[in-house]
Amino acid sequence: MGRKLLLEKAHVEGIRGYDVYRREGGYRSVEKALKTMTPDQVTEEVKKSGLRGRGGAGFPTGMKWSFLAKPEGVPRYLVCNADESEPGTFKDRYLMEFLPHLLIEGLIVSSYALGSKSTYIYIRGEYAWIPDILEQAIEEARANNFLGKNILGTGFDCEIYVHRGAGAYICGEETALIESLEGKRGNPRIKPPFPAVKGVWDCPTVVNNVETLAAVVPIINEGGEAYSKIGVGKSTGTKLLSACGNINKPGVYEIDMTISVEEFIFSDEYCGGIPNGKRLKACIPGGSSVPILPANLLLKTAKGETRMMNYESLADGGFPKGSMMGSGGFIVLDEDQCVVRNTLTLARFYRHESCGQCSPCREGTGWMEKILKNIEYGKGKSSDIDLLWDIQRKIEGNTICPLGDAAAWPVAAAIRHFRDEFEWHVKNPVESQHRNFGLAHYADPLEVVPA
Amino acid sequence: MADEKKLFKVTIDNITIEVEPGTSILQAARRIGGDVAPPAMCYYTKLKGSGGKCRTCLVEVAAGSTADPRPMPKLVASCRTNVMDGMVVKNITSEKVIDARNGVVEMLLINHPLDCPICDQAGECHLQDLSYEHGKEGTRYEFERRTFKKHDLGPYIQLHMTRCILCYRCVFTADQLTEKRVHGVLDRGDHSEIATYIEKSLENDFIGNIIDVCPVGALTDKTFRFKNRVWFLKPVDAHRNCNHPKCNGKATLWYRGDEVFRVTARKDQWGEVEDWICNECRFEKKKTSDWEIEGPTKVNRHSVISQGHYVGTVRPQEVVYDVMGGRAPKLLMDIHNVSEVNRPEIDLSKLERPAHSTDFSPHEER
Ligand SMILES: Cc1cc2nc3c(=O)[nH]c(=O)nc-3n(C[C@H](O)[C@H](O)[C@H](O)COP(=O)(O)O)c2cc1C
Ligand code: SF4
Ligand code: SF4
Ligand code: FES
Repeated sequence: MGRKLLLEKAHVEGIRGYDVYRREGGYRSVEKALKTMTPDQVTEEVKKSGLRGRGGAGFPTGMKWSFLAKPEGVPRYLVCNADESEPGTFKDRYLMEFLPHLLIEGLIVSSYALGSKSTYIYIRGEYAWIPDILEQAIEEARANNFLGKNILGTGFDCEIYVHRGAGAYICGEETALIESLEGKRGNPRIKPPFPAVKGVWDCPTVVNNVETLAAVVPIINEGGEAYSKIGVGKSTGTKLLSACGNINKPGVYEIDMTISVEEFIFSDEYCGGIPNGKRLKACIPGGSSVPILPANLLLKTAKGETRMMNYESLADGGFPKGSMMGSGGFIVLDEDQCVVRNTLTLARFYRHESCGQCSPCREGTGWMEKILKNIEYGKGKSSDIDLLWDIQRKIEGNTICPLGDAAAWPVAAAIRHFRDEFEWHVKNPVESQHRNFGLAHYADPLEVVPA
Repeated sequence: MADEKKLFKVTIDNITIEVEPGTSILQAARRIGGDVAPPAMCYYTKLKGSGGKCRTCLVEVAAGSTADPRPMPKLVASCRTNVMDGMVVKNITSEKVIDARNGVVEMLLINHPLDCPICDQAGECHLQDLSYEHGKEGTRYEFERRTFKKHDLGPYIQLHMTRCILCYRCVFTADQLTEKRVHGVLDRGDHSEIATYIEKSLENDFIGNIIDVCPVGALTDKTFRFKNRVWFLKPVDAHRNCNHPKCNGKATLWYRGDEVFRVTARKDQWGEVEDWICNECRFEKKKTSDWEIEGPTKVNRHSVISQGHYVGTVRPQEVVYDVMGGRAPKLLMDIHNVSEVNRPEIDLSKLERPAHSTDFSPHEER
């Protein structure tokens, strides 16, 4: 059983409240950081830990912090990205609902490291009940002098504000989030300038995911070096995964990134296998934006190695033969699922969520959805598959923010790995309306391509 | 000398020039001019924050700078990327750029109503120019085109949302020229639209400028609507003593015969307004006696009309030759002549969908 650094205490009775949380060792990292460390030392520990952003891109957090501009007399801001709207991802919600104080604790330490006196939690509008949980935790922390003026007598002042979004996936993109936080329309900004130089109200800003900021707590408690020893290679520490789809035990799991994908899906400790004796067909391992993989490429890399649940192994083979850790939204599809339909569902999502600034994303996402709809409902043509490929190619890399890429990748990966399923739909317009393509050869062992 | 500014050398499509630091690739390319200048549908020099959205101006950066000569991994929006010393840029010499731009143009057109025959912007529309210069023939789009509910913007300005390419120029204009913007972009993605949230009329005394910045026929002048085709009109530079403190009264009057059909701000060779004008000059002063005439406007725009792209269609009538100074505009003359769109009794703006030739056929009673 892997180590748990974040969710270890999630089921302790009353852990949502300050008293129990504190009794279980909570807020030790605030005491340690504020009383015995300088802000730069905190950043240094985070660097040493090898922690990578848990919001999707996996950018090293310590490095991101060290890029923060620090001009004299200009306030700096830390913003916690709790917009979690990527289909299949619900780990931040779990953390905030069960362990609100863990996030608040991480935020205080991180705010101290970055010099943020006003720290914001930007939370997705649909998480309507969570702001109350967070605000209560903030109140309790303030009542115990972990927030407010002169925290623990160290002279550090900090306030945390919860800001609710209005329900737009694009407001999870950090610059759109900043615009929205400023009260504007949530359109991503054109970079540069980067938030580290000009973020909220044109001041230097760091935006980090909920899980990233919570992970700062064990890093400070145990030391960056100890944290970096958990896991493998550049996948250090533990990672929360939200597992869903055709599995026996959907839910949020904390793993230490040393287990294999197969173990994660089939062991009773995690997903518990696939219900009703069905076979595994495909999986989207890191949230809707990352490439879908057929069973054979999911469990083994193209080199024939066992695929592990970590950043490097999931990405092994690049886009043609691999996927991404992404946001940790693990979606499992069994043999009864239709990849065309699944792709259509995702395309509809991205069409609906594009902010509409860039022409390729605004127009291309809608176009892809319409073509996929035709194919799914038996009205597709063979040429549609190539057209889809060309449209996604014209979007990818040509837009302001990565939503364009995120809309293109699922379509590209579905066509790349499941082209025969698309063709079957086109060639069997009637049959495809009452039967699925099934597992086909997608779980057959692959010929190993020597590296 | 200490305060002498160092200039940056930049090479675009194999032509090297020196520009001041802080110059965008687009501006540098415009200095070279001709085909080297990327098309720009959303950037507008005078509007802070504009650009980056339409993606027509994408270019390839083959070398970032002398200090760091690595190529940039993705194409960049030339309007929002500044040059570095020693940068090497490829615009029309890059196949990647041509391919991506083709894609952008196609995307911009898939939901466009293509109602040029009845659009007041035809002939001075940047999307028209763009599609003739960079687009492909035919479309791969086989779905019904998007349409929008009509919004009334008041007595001066007509909004034709189906034609809008969401360049945001009108939003920036209203933000930067007027005290209070009352229109903006509502909703998001392919369903986003320019509108006033609660039907409001745009009445600020500088708001007429949004007509001039609009690259397409989404915002047009109600006092000119359907009165004439642009290419029948003769532009003349004129000025008047305007009382408005922010307006210097420099404009272009568009004549047919002795009649002033419309007044616009003066535009430079890139189609950008030189000086903003007030609503009074634009909408109320349509008599020659209101103005001091300076002389014919130099038309050096590279519009589809002046380039005569419409080979093979019906020859224009001679009057057009005269008006256009000997050039041969062939744009849709035939359709125009049979359609009688100038008949005021047919209000095509009332249609709930893009207009079609059958909508203005004289043989069909509507
Ligand atoms: C369209 C889009 C949506 C995103 N949504 C989220 C989100 O809901 N939560 C999140 O933490 N990051 C999201 N991101 C990533 C953020 O832009 C940003 O990279 C992240 O918050 C950085 O935090 P990290 O370094 O801690 O991962 C999104 C990015 C894009 C392009
Ligand atoms: S890529 Fe899409 S979501 Fe991102 S800025 Fe462009 S239109 Fe908006
Ligand atoms: S109405 Fe015109 S200026 Fe305004 S966003 Fe649309 S195309 Fe641009
Ligand atoms: S002009 Fe540069 S993106 Fe539109």
